[in-house]
Order: sequence, then structure tokens, then C-alpha cells
Amino acid sequence: MSSVQQVLPLESPIHAGGARRPRGYFHLQGSDTAWAIAFVIPYAAVFAAFIAYPVLFGLWLGSRPAIYPVLFSDPHYIDTVVNTLLFIGIGVNVKMFLAFLISGYFMRRDWWRRTLLVVFLLPWALPALSAFLSMHYMLVSQWGLLDTLWSTVTGTDGPLFLVSRSTAMASNIVAYIWKWLPFWTLIFLSARMAIPREIYEAAAIDGASALQQTVHVTFPLMANVYLVSTLLSTVWTLGDFPTVYFVTSGAPARSTNVLATYSFHQTFTYARPELGAAAMISALPLVIPVVILLIRRLHRSGVQL
Amino acid sequence: MSVARTRRLAPWRYRMNRRLVEAACMALGFVLVIWSLAPIYNMVVIALSEHGDIFSGTVWPENPTLNSFYVVATEGFWYLERFWLQFGNSFIVGLSTMFLTLLIGTLASFTVGRMRLRNGWMLTNAALMTYVIPASFLAIPFYRIMQIYGLTNHLFSVIAAITTFATPYAIFIFSQYGKSIPMELDESARIDGANPLQIYLFIYLPLMAPALVAVGTYALLLAWNEYLYNFLMLSTPDSMTVAVALAQFLNSDESPWNYMMATAIVYALPPMVIYYMFRQNMAAGLTMGGVKG
Repeated sequence: MSSVQQVLPLESPIHAGGARRPRGYFHLQGSDTAWAIAFVIPYAAVFAAFIAYPVLFGLWLGSRPAIYPVLFSDPHYIDTVVNTLLFIGIGVNVKMFLAFLISGYFMRRDWWRRTLLVVFLLPWALPALSAFLSMHYMLVSQWGLLDTLWSTVTGTDGPLFLVSRSTAMASNIVAYIWKWLPFWTLIFLSARMAIPREIYEAAAIDGASALQQTVHVTFPLMANVYLVSTLLSTVWTLGDFPTVYFVTSGAPARSTNVLATYSFHQTFTYARPELGAAAMISALPLVIPVVILLIRRLHRSGVQL
Repeated sequence: MSVARTRRLAPWRYRMNRRLVEAACMALGFVLVIWSLAPIYNMVVIALSEHGDIFSGTVWPENPTLNSFYVVATEGFWYLERFWLQFGNSFIVGLSTMFLTLLIGTLASFTVGRMRLRNGWMLTNAALMTYVIPASFLAIPFYRIMQIYGLTNHLFSVIAAITTFATPYAIFIFSQYGKSIPMELDESARIDGANPLQIYLFIYLPLMAPALVAVGTYALLLAWNEYLYNFLMLSTPDSMTVAVALAQFLNSDESPWNYMMATAIVYALPPMVIYYMFRQNMAAGLTMGGVKG
């Protein structure tokens, strides 16, 4: 689709200009320093008031060591940790791999594939709230769309998705993949378009099959984008709130909560904000290494999304 | 593509293979359409049903009616009493977030990228950290802090929250895109006696227009689609945005789902229109630099 192709011209000045910028800054002196400080103040103020202060406040809320034994002995917390790991481990990886495959599908530009891409991007354009509420009603009862289809086709009653933990958790993961697959497909599509055609032509002349071209040409060249995207998606998904909150809302019996919904409920439903903050802090040992890895990679290669 | 294979196959087998591949692609495309449209279809079907018919177990309502949309438009249900006011609130939040994100983001990236500010990298790193960490991690302390600032039930609390989370992305895109604007322009303006504010207003901003559109659309949609912070900060009917009003339907089990889905559709229309209008700019912004392996 032309939308993605237009990325490349926009891109080229940055590439063509070389990695290093000429040292052409004008030197700050006298009143310029005042201007520079005045220009930075808005962001510095936002950062101090709405990032630094809340972060410190959150750390302080969860700073009492006595709260952690309480948290770790809560069976719902254990369920939550397992669910979060499943949600990220399966959700992110399946989504990324599908996005990688589907981006290849959209590389050919027939008229019907262009139309299809417009339809395929709908889940991303739709607000998460609307989409997940709709999915909730597809799943919640025997009269939902899925069970209606099931009984029309098979003549038997369909499964009750939100009654068992495994199907409910699977529903969350599928809903999550549905919502975010188009976004990452678009990212990978633009990464694929940046690979020069000549490499494929050379590979084809050497007798490489389509599969071999994917494994030995496409994947190595996209490995960095794939890795950065997966890491970024992992951290974002760790904080994913609306999917579980609306699709299953923790049903059945609070057994499908993830970290974000667990700490939300601890804080606002059961009025135990220190437990909620502690639950978030308990994710930091996983978050901090990923964030450090990610920031170093973003700095080094300049890959960003 | 597959020159080698073509030579090995007889022409008729080659043609048959191609047809099979084509058919498989079409079938896959069909699956993708169903996959993408199913929840949307479900939303439309429920919105078009009469309240009593929702449980009738049919795939298409027997008497489709636009009644639910009429109820939404005329605020004819008690969860929807202030619907148009809330719709306006959503627009105020979205546009204010967009404006503030663009202002703060351009000022910050102008200073870091175009003026030699000592320790400017600290600002970039702070932004990078904020970009990577998910917003929901800060929900609990943010709620408390807004109480301390006395801003709960005030639209500004949500505007502040979403601006905070949209600005880091803005700073990245602006500093990436800004590298394509030659430094010589700034220097010649300096020689002609322009001060930094004039350079920012008359050189930097006009040349940044494509990035401004991309980031502006992003911020607007982020604000419109956000739920968690809207829900935490805004709880009175007059201060709510549409997202909060819509999710209110979940509070009671007896809620009319058809009204709810009609509201969900009306709520989804503005972002979808904006999305498809600015899709090219959006996609450019989202993938800017993303291909630099």
C-alpha cells in the first residue's frame, strides 16, 4: 500500500545524511542559554510533576517490606503471575510471528491485496474499548455470536468460554492478538520493503526456494527489527490493562487477571493501594533488564517505532 | 522470483502450481477478512437488534432497527443523559492533548537537536525511559497525585496524564525527523540576526509539518482511545468522556446491550475517520526509522 511506501522517501534523508551529524550547532551564549532553558522548561516540568513524582510516590507506597509476604501468599497473585507470563509468552510471540508471516503476504501488491490491507487494519483503527466490549459479548453467554454459530453448525450447545480458566485465558490472548496484529504487521511490512530486491534476485539465481529465501535472506536482515519489536511489545504488554479488564474481567472467579488488572482491583476495588503498588514493583526485576537492553539497542542501531 | 524452478517444471505444471498458489492466497485472504471483521460484525448486529431479540440466538436480527442509534442521539437512556456533552469532553481532551504534545515535544527536541544544550542527552534518555515503560504502571500513584493537586473530575487531569505519555514518542519522532533539516538554514538565519524563538517559529516548525501531522494524529487518537486514566480521574457525568460513559454500562447486569453497542459504534467513528484520513502520515510516523536495521 502506498501508505507504507511513503515511509521510505521520508526516511531517506536520515539515511543518506550519514550516521554522524556535522557539528553545526550554533554556540549557546548569553541570551541563547536563557532561550534554551525556557524551551526545555515545559518538558522538564511535565517530567517532574507527572513522571518523577508519581514514580517516587509509587515506590514509596510499596516500600514497606512487610507487604511482600502478604502479596506472595495471596493465591490470586500467584494465578496473576502465571497468567501474565502466559499472556506475554504466548500472546507476544504468536502475534509477532504471525505479523512476520502476514507482512510477507502483503508484499505482493495486487488490487485485492491492497483492499484486503485496508480491512485488515480495521482492528487497529477501532478503539480498544469498543472492540473488547464486543468480544466480551461474543463470549459471555450461550447466545453470543460464537456459540450461536456453533449451535447452528453442529446442533449442539457451544462451549462456555468464560466458565473455565483455560478458555477464558485463551480468549484474552486471542483478543489481544486480534487488536495488535495489524500494527506490527505494518511495522514488519515497512522493514521488508527496505530490503533491496537484488538480494532476492541473486538468491533466486543461485536456486534458493521461496522458503530458503525467507530463512536465509529475509529473516537475518529483519532480525534486529524483530528483536526490538518483540522486546518493546513485551514491556508494553506487561502493562496491558484493557484487554483482560473488558474481555473476561478476571472471570471466572478472579482467575484470569494479569498484573495490571490485579493491581487495579487491589487498589480501587479492595482499597489496598500498597498491595497494588507492591504487585507492580514485583514486576520490576523483569522490566528493568528488558528496558536497559532495549534502550541500549535503540541507541546503538537507531531502530525506533 | 523462482527462475531455477521454472526451468525444471513443464509449462502446464508451472501454470497449475501458480493457480494453486493463487487460490491458497485468496483463501487465506478470506480467512483474514473474517478474522478482522467478526467482532465488528457482532457489534453492528447487537446494535441493530431490539432489546428483547438479543438473546434469540440468530446470526442476523429478524427485525433490524436503528432505534438504538436514535436513543443514543437523543440521550434517551439514563447512562446516556449527558452523551453529547461527554462527546464534547472527549474532543476537548483529544485536541488539548494534541496541542500540548506538539508544543512541548517540538520545544524539547528543538533545544536538544538544534541548540547546543549541555546535558541535553539526559532529556532524551528520560524521554526514552518514559516511552518504554507502560502507562498503567503509574496509574495508582498518578491517581493519588491528582488528588493532591486537586484535579480529579477536571478534564485537565486526563489531558496532563496523556500528554505525559505521548510526549516521549513525539520527542523521538521530532528528533529523528529534525536530522533531515539542514543545520545551514539555522546558521544563515542566525547571521541575519534571528533569535532562537524566531528560528523555531519560522524555520523549524514549517519544515517539521509532516512529523507534526503524524504525531498530532497519534496524540489525538491516544487520548480518544485511552480508558484507564479517564476512568480513574473522571467520575461525575459532566466531567466524563465517552469512554467512561460507555464502560458504565458494565456496572449493571440488566444493561441494554443494543444501546451499549450503538454507543460503542458512535464512539469508534471519529477515531476511525481520522485514522483513515491520516493513515499515510500515521504509518509514516509509526515506522519512521523502523527499517534501519
